[in-house]
Amino acid sequence: MTADTTPDKPVDMRTTDLPPAAASALSRRGRAFVFGDNIDTDLLAPGPYMRESPDVLASHCLEAIDPDFASDVQRGDIVVGGKSFGIGSSREQAVQSLVVLGVGAIVATSFARIFYRNALNFGLPALTCPDLQAERGDDVEVRPQEGLVINHTTGKQYQCESIPPELMEIVNVGGLMPWLARKLAPDAKAAAAGGDASPGDPG
Amino acid sequence: MAATLAEKIIAHACQRDSVSPGQIVTASLDLLMMHDSGGPRRVASRLEQLGAKVWDPDRVVVVSDHFVPATDLESAEILALTRRWTQQAGVRHYDMLGICHVVLQEGGHVQPGMFCVGGDSHSPSGGAYGAFMIGVGATDITGALVTGELWLKVPQTVRVNWDGALADGVSAKDIMLYLCATLGMGNENQAFEYDGPAVRAMSMSERMVLCNMSAELGAETGMVSADEKTLAALVEAGRPFTGDIARWQSDSEAACLAEHHYDAGTLAPQIAAPHSPANSRAVTEYEPIHIDQGYIGACTGAKLSDLHMAAKVLKGRKIASNTRLLIAPASVAMTRQAAADGTLEILTEAGAIMLPTGCGACAGMGAGMYSAGEVGLSTTARNFKGRMGSAQAQVYLGSPYSVAAGAVKGYLCDPRELLAEPA
Repeated sequence: MTADTTPDKPVDMRTTDLPPAAASALSRRGRAFVFGDNIDTDLLAPGPYMRESPDVLASHCLEAIDPDFASDVQRGDIVVGGKSFGIGSSREQAVQSLVVLGVGAIVATSFARIFYRNALNFGLPALTCPDLQAERGDDVEVRPQEGLVINHTTGKQYQCESIPPELMEIVNVGGLMPWLARKLAPDAKAAAAGGDASPGDPG
Repeated sequence: MAATLAEKIIAHACQRDSVSPGQIVTASLDLLMMHDSGGPRRVASRLEQLGAKVWDPDRVVVVSDHFVPATDLESAEILALTRRWTQQAGVRHYDMLGICHVVLQEGGHVQPGMFCVGGDSHSPSGGAYGAFMIGVGATDITGALVTGELWLKVPQTVRVNWDGALADGVSAKDIMLYLCATLGMGNENQAFEYDGPAVRAMSMSERMVLCNMSAELGAETGMVSADEKTLAALVEAGRPFTGDIARWQSDSEAACLAEHHYDAGTLAPQIAAPHSPANSRAVTEYEPIHIDQGYIGACTGAKLSDLHMAAKVLKGRKIASNTRLLIAPASVAMTRQAAADGTLEILTEAGAIMLPTGCGACAGMGAGMYSAGEVGLSTTARNFKGRMGSAQAQVYLGSPYSVAAGAVKGYLCDPRELLAEPA
């Protein structure tokens, strides 16, 4: 990473702009990537790569347990996890890496508390669904608004804990930054639209 | 209505008479802490984007501890940015003086009954002072900085009581490793309240370990209600508590999710095997695994009391020739105290390598990283795969007693044996 080191100018740590949160709040559909319990933030965003650009950091996402994940995953794909998904650090790069890779939603048995907050803040739906049965590559659709997960490969659908309405409001506008922009300037909706005020600032 | 300490603090912070577990509420902040890694470098541009200012600079504390001391240009720039931003924003900045959770308490910033947030997962450390303090990510911190508020789901309270007294060579770290193994890491939406004679007998620094490692339990936070020790520590920090601590106690009849009782007297030193704090069991159940490097560091494992524990084992002894012991004290003030009371001399005489204060290898950034195939024994909070260097390193966790003992022998061993025999 190259930092602008002009002394009188704050360093801009951004090397890429985040893509706007994938797809709509209504439905996200893609292939399932299935992981076990206690997927931690060091697996999602390994400490030794934390100084790299968001793209480089994301290329190491989950490599310690699945070396092919980062190269295989495509926009809209769904990450399926077990218990306490995202346990560990408060580092947002754990969520950001998944967003950079294009992940459309995460469905897990349960979520670590900070990771859950961070996911919603990035406009990435995180649904708690202990019953979901899915295998890698299954065609899975997530409807955050309805709290519904459909495995089109097996033909089964699952009702999960829906995201509380006050938090869904954050997801629907693309994350906490656009939500804050609206809150602070109710008339400036145009400014908040799109990815302008996404919680990007990666790096 | 009877309420737990967590419920009382949250209700007060959102100006309600009472709250119930499961409710989503918006609470006003008494204190916001952030560090150089998730702080100004992330929030400065976001505040600019929003055209917003810090809601109350007097309630914000920034600590530079992750990229310290600067080992490359980028770290230096991050630290410089942090200095510039804190100066412009008019907020208190502890610059390279220690790890955020420790300096926050050294400065007496966290007080009983406060509702606090920190931009770091180990922020529950503040609960040692009878406060409710939770960790969040940098975007939540941005929102909190602008609004002075934070949403949360009111957690259930879990009471954890430790009866009896800890044996010599057993510490708060052993309690938490034991709890991680016993209760797992999936205790979301739960506030852990620690109590009982063994907890009351602990120093503030040891209570902080309980609250700090509540993060490893996956809990919302951890807390120890305030008592005379809390008040004394705040007097010493120069910020005496002016309220009434009787107000900030759980009602005995308040409903809680679970109440556990454990006997501190029967607890053996615990070691967590790779790659999870939940992989803990008594040190007596381990083979004498060779240790390449011992590491005494981080918010949870290198405070003055931790250095004292290590010194107790190391006094008059030497580090084994086939291993190394690295020590990164948790704060500059604690290093000074350790120098004044002779602790540093014991550590260095034993052959320990002293590192600068900061989050260090625990954040995967500083000195003391592990290579592939290396075996480490560390006082840090987490041994997740790849956290402290190579994903092929094997990192074990233990108390400062256990790490010091392992460094003396060169392999995993029971520190109680070394403490029992003359050096």
